[in-house]
Amino acid sequence: MTRKRASEFLMHSVMASVNDGKGKCGAEACRCQETGEPLDISEVRARLQEKKGPEFWRSLEELAATPQFEEMMHREFPRYASEWPEGVSRRGFLQLAGASLALAGLAGCTTQPEEKIVPYVRQPEQIVPGKPLYFATALTLNGYALGVLAESHMGRPTKIEGNPDHPASLGATDVFSQAAVLTLYDPQRSQSIIKAGRISTWSGFVSEAGAVLRAAQALGGEGVRILTGTTTSPTLAAQIQGFLTAFPRARWHRWEPAGHHHGHAAAMRAFGRPVETRYDFSKAAVILALDSDVLTCGPASVRYSADFAANRRVRADRPEMNRLYCVESSPTNASTVADHRLQLPPAEVEAFTLALAQALGVGGGGATPVLNDPKAQTWVQTIAQDLRQHAGRSLVVGDEHLSPACQVLIHAVNQALGNIGTTVLYSEPVQANPVPDLASLSELVRDMSAGRVDLLLMLDGVNPVYTAPADLGFAGALQKVGLRVHHGLYEDETSALCHWHIPAAHELETWSDARSFDGTVSIIQPLIEPLYQGKSAHEMMAALGNRPDATGYELVREHWQTLMVGDFEGAWRRALHDGFVPNTQLPPIALGVNGGAAQQAAGEVLAMVRRARSQPDAVTLCFRPDPTIWDGRFASNTWLQELPKPLTKLTWDNALLVGPATAERLGVGHEEPVEVSWKGRKLRAAVWVLPGQAANTATLTLGYGRTLAGEFASERGFNAYALRTSDALWTAPGVEVRGLGGRYLFAATQNHHVMESGAEEIPLASREAQTRQVVRVGTLEEYRKNPDFLQDHREEPEPDMNMYPNWEYAGHKWGMAIDLNVCTGCSSCVIACQAENNIPVVGKEQVLAGREMHWLRVDRYFYGDMDEPAIHNQPVPCMHCETAPCEVVCPVAATVHSDEGLNDMVYNRCVGTRYCSNNCPYKVRRFNFLRYSDRENPVMRMLYNPDVTVRMRGVMEKCTYCVQRIEQAKIESKVENHRIPPNKLQTACQQACPTRAIVFGDMNGPDWHVTQWKADPLNYGLLEELNTRPRTTYLAKLRNPNPLLEPAEERTEHGHS
Amino acid sequence: MQIFHRSTNTVAKVSIFGSVFFLAFFAWVFSTLLRSSYATGQGVVLKQPVPFSHDHHVAGLGIDCRYCHTSVETSGFAGIPPTETCMNCHRQIWTNADLLEPVRSSYANDEPIQWTRVHDLPDFVYFNHAIHVAKGIGCVTCHGQVDRMPIMFQQASLQMEWCLECHRDPSRYVRPREEVFNLNWQPPVDKAEAQAMRARLVQEYGIRSMTSCSVCHR
Repeated sequence: MTRKRASEFLMHSVMASVNDGKGKCGAEACRCQETGEPLDISEVRARLQEKKGPEFWRSLEELAATPQFEEMMHREFPRYASEWPEGVSRRGFLQLAGASLALAGLAGCTTQPEEKIVPYVRQPEQIVPGKPLYFATALTLNGYALGVLAESHMGRPTKIEGNPDHPASLGATDVFSQAAVLTLYDPQRSQSIIKAGRISTWSGFVSEAGAVLRAAQALGGEGVRILTGTTTSPTLAAQIQGFLTAFPRARWHRWEPAGHHHGHAAAMRAFGRPVETRYDFSKAAVILALDSDVLTCGPASVRYSADFAANRRVRADRPEMNRLYCVESSPTNASTVADHRLQLPPAEVEAFTLALAQALGVGGGGATPVLNDPKAQTWVQTIAQDLRQHAGRSLVVGDEHLSPACQVLIHAVNQALGNIGTTVLYSEPVQANPVPDLASLSELVRDMSAGRVDLLLMLDGVNPVYTAPADLGFAGALQKVGLRVHHGLYEDETSALCHWHIPAAHELETWSDARSFDGTVSIIQPLIEPLYQGKSAHEMMAALGNRPDATGYELVREHWQTLMVGDFEGAWRRALHDGFVPNTQLPPIALGVNGGAAQQAAGEVLAMVRRARSQPDAVTLCFRPDPTIWDGRFASNTWLQELPKPLTKLTWDNALLVGPATAERLGVGHEEPVEVSWKGRKLRAAVWVLPGQAANTATLTLGYGRTLAGEFASERGFNAYALRTSDALWTAPGVEVRGLGGRYLFAATQNHHVMESGAEEIPLASREAQTRQVVRVGTLEEYRKNPDFLQDHREEPEPDMNMYPNWEYAGHKWGMAIDLNVCTGCSSCVIACQAENNIPVVGKEQVLAGREMHWLRVDRYFYGDMDEPAIHNQPVPCMHCETAPCEVVCPVAATVHSDEGLNDMVYNRCVGTRYCSNNCPYKVRRFNFLRYSDRENPVMRMLYNPDVTVRMRGVMEKCTYCVQRIEQAKIESKVENHRIPPNKLQTACQQACPTRAIVFGDMNGPDWHVTQWKADPLNYGLLEELNTRPRTTYLAKLRNPNPLLEPAEERTEHGHS
Repeated sequence: MQIFHRSTNTVAKVSIFGSVFFLAFFAWVFSTLLRSSYATGQGVVLKQPVPFSHDHHVAGLGIDCRYCHTSVETSGFAGIPPTETCMNCHRQIWTNADLLEPVRSSYANDEPIQWTRVHDLPDFVYFNHAIHVAKGIGCVTCHGQVDRMPIMFQQASLQMEWCLECHRDPSRYVRPREEVFNLNWQPPVDKAEAQAMRARLVQEYGIRSMTSCSVCHR
């Protein structure tokens, strides 16, 4: 390893100095960029009028064909990516280059360091050194469980996979659960019990809390309060209930920042009781999503995605697909797979809902039409008709962000359509304590302010000082509490104001239990001893109940001992093995919307809409959970921070998202810092112009702008909670946005790794332009008429267009196919790849330099109009080309073809010339410009997958098709003397994908899905006209538009063939 | 005016001519050093906490390889025995031997014995024992006559060219599966017979030349 480092370094310096001679100093140029003017939208529009932009486009810069974008497209990396960030002089370079040449030989004089083998003293029965074990457990988000299998290497959990038997997972995962292992090992987690800023002890805490409790006992627990987030844990609920029985005047409060605030209120109004609503997408033929990100956001999104995709996949024997309409204010992942997308401001979405309800005879008919927009009117009529035609097989989903009244209407609409019991199921609440969060928190704040709280115990990482509505003044009231205790994974804004901070145990370190969206209970089992002596919420509650030494294991087992009748040990082991407790699903209950509730809701929505319309120019600010760091709880997780957010492709920041037209009207530019004011509260943020954002609507995601979130997350992005008040938890109408000039530097990846398809050069009107597009889209109708419609226009080169004879694959012949039809862009695959392949994070500054390391990227394309585009996703891993352009240019043969068709990357040979990435038309190769991997921190080292090399500085890397899994599967099957059973080998991205959009396998095996997909008439290769013969191919996207909304002629005219 | 002395011509000729030899010599030194036991660790006896003798346990007592290296047939890693395996016998024999003190104290204090790794491949190489055993490659082929090693040492160079020697043409080293753990097995003396046996085994075990990079480097 060390031997080549010097030559690597030499090469690096020489490359850098070549660039150095060509341009100015890199650092200097970067500074210019920083102070550059923001992109002016009107200018883009003006330029667009002169010439027509490409049909599929990635960013406003591309539409306007700015010189910066052109350069980005023609280069392998953005400019300056290849230069040293510090200003190193030419002389310095030459000195270093000379020195490294002279010393290159010396590096060869080292020998391998001596290593130790440390066997067990008594080897545990199940552990076979070198083989991972898998344990079924669950991870929670907002309290709801997702059943997972955790991979453990000699006691170290390294990877999370979905549990195929668990109803919420079906084998797939979301980004949060994929990233859980990083949180587990995060060195920034709090590592000791803190009392008033100093390290203290558990017994110290127990005695101090015990003293307060004893004092409160006489008063029945008056003044004792517990604050949790949403919890579904039966054990914790029983413990807290037990505590409340012992201390009847104590109170249990709840605050979940991105919880079911409006959903709960709507259920109370519609049914008079808290109700859990769940959907069955497998039965839904026509779906209307109202401002809803139901496919990627929420406790059941993984399951919903799977069911949705199953009905969307078009195959020769089933040329049918469901239809999805999206009406929304801010683009969602669901709308990227929608057949029709209508963007409306939040109030108009509600108006739309009302109009739809009326069209379906719900909520009483209004004398005047609710909608004045003729387009929306047509939509309502058409959709109402479509839904009615599919009564019982249709589904209307509205997200949490809609007003309670609007959600009551949606309940009523589903009822009117006969969807209850088929696509919509109601059950008893899954949450243990279904109370309205806001009222519960407000009551706590009121009592705290009045000095009526003596002990406040904040469990499981709640961080109300940061997340509570700004108008409640939580932080101020908290100071009046006698004893403040915070229990969480991190020291945060809340713990800073508390007397005690107790480190929490991570879900992979502790015993617990949780319910999933349908009520199924999973027992959460630890994969590792707590790294930092963390305590679980169960142990915290037990300590208050005079059992400070009770372990989580005892507590959870004790609870289930009362519930699992008969053979407890057998049932317990079964539940642990399977990952869930059988028959704990909550049965559907028959419910009807209360009489008059819909009527009343309709009136309310109408009044709200009228109010909003009275100020037509007011900007509505929407708060949404962040797609990667949620409500801020994952802020320290650098995988999630660096994951490009699905719609914006932003990393490390949130932004005030506004549409192009609105930005123009407000006079603010792209990336311009602004001041947002709402009811006297002000927030400095920066604008990100997002095509597809509804007019007069701004969106800001939660979770950023934290002050005490550790080294990586503090003071990053903009704190939406500063503007979020209790009367505007999701939408704040009438905010003021004022441009401040200048430019905020966002690290967005949307312009990185742009591919040149050649389509840019061809006149748009011609048919050829379609075939060269990197994303290919057709309609179901076209497909039915001629399934080969796409093949007719493919430019696949002749198979013998090669100087070498074609290789015959006798054994395996690996390949991958990606179905664009069902990819929602959720990015689980990206994090799964990162976890599996030891991919490092690089930080915002390095992302700005275009040095992000993700092997798999999800490209997001806009199509058509700048203001109201359609949105498409395309995951791009390495294509493993048969005639790979990278292979022929490598001077040291560090990237070569394997006899099974893989484009192998040999790290130990690579000297870092980067010729390969320069020659890759797909731009999927990533270079370690610096030493990004953490090899020192003993805790972080535990995270690495032992089957994959941790790369050093100066080497190229890229997607390997998870070659470690291939080799493992091959070895296992060969040892057992058979071939790999079809479809039993999955890449990490494939395994994580909720919609099963990715298949991988042996193209020599007729039973492998990949072979079948590749024979599909929708199959095409990316940039195949270059004769690279990619092994990763795509199935073109099909849309199923309603002919009433999009007549066939119109489509051809717009070239949406 | 003559700047250089007349002899410079000769010096120049000799040094140009000589540099070829010098470079060749340098290359020879380099390649020799690279293959020397200094660089490869071949044949070097390392210090171990307990002077465990394979000679005594294997040749003397006849213990099978798999008694200690339990996972060699199923996992990539052959397995180093836990202290408990040693104590299976040594709680009854040689219970007071000074040599075994580290073993006893490990067992008593629940502290693992830290062995020095003898066969240490670079971290970017992924070797798998199970598949080699399954394909009929004997222990002795790579590890040498372990039963004649009082202290374990590395028999082969473990360099890539050494691996490739077999990976390019595995038929030369294949043996019947049932003889994999037999350290004293010899192929049939008759050349033709040996050839036939190997050809049969290659066929039967489905042995192929495996020289793609990703077979070992990931």
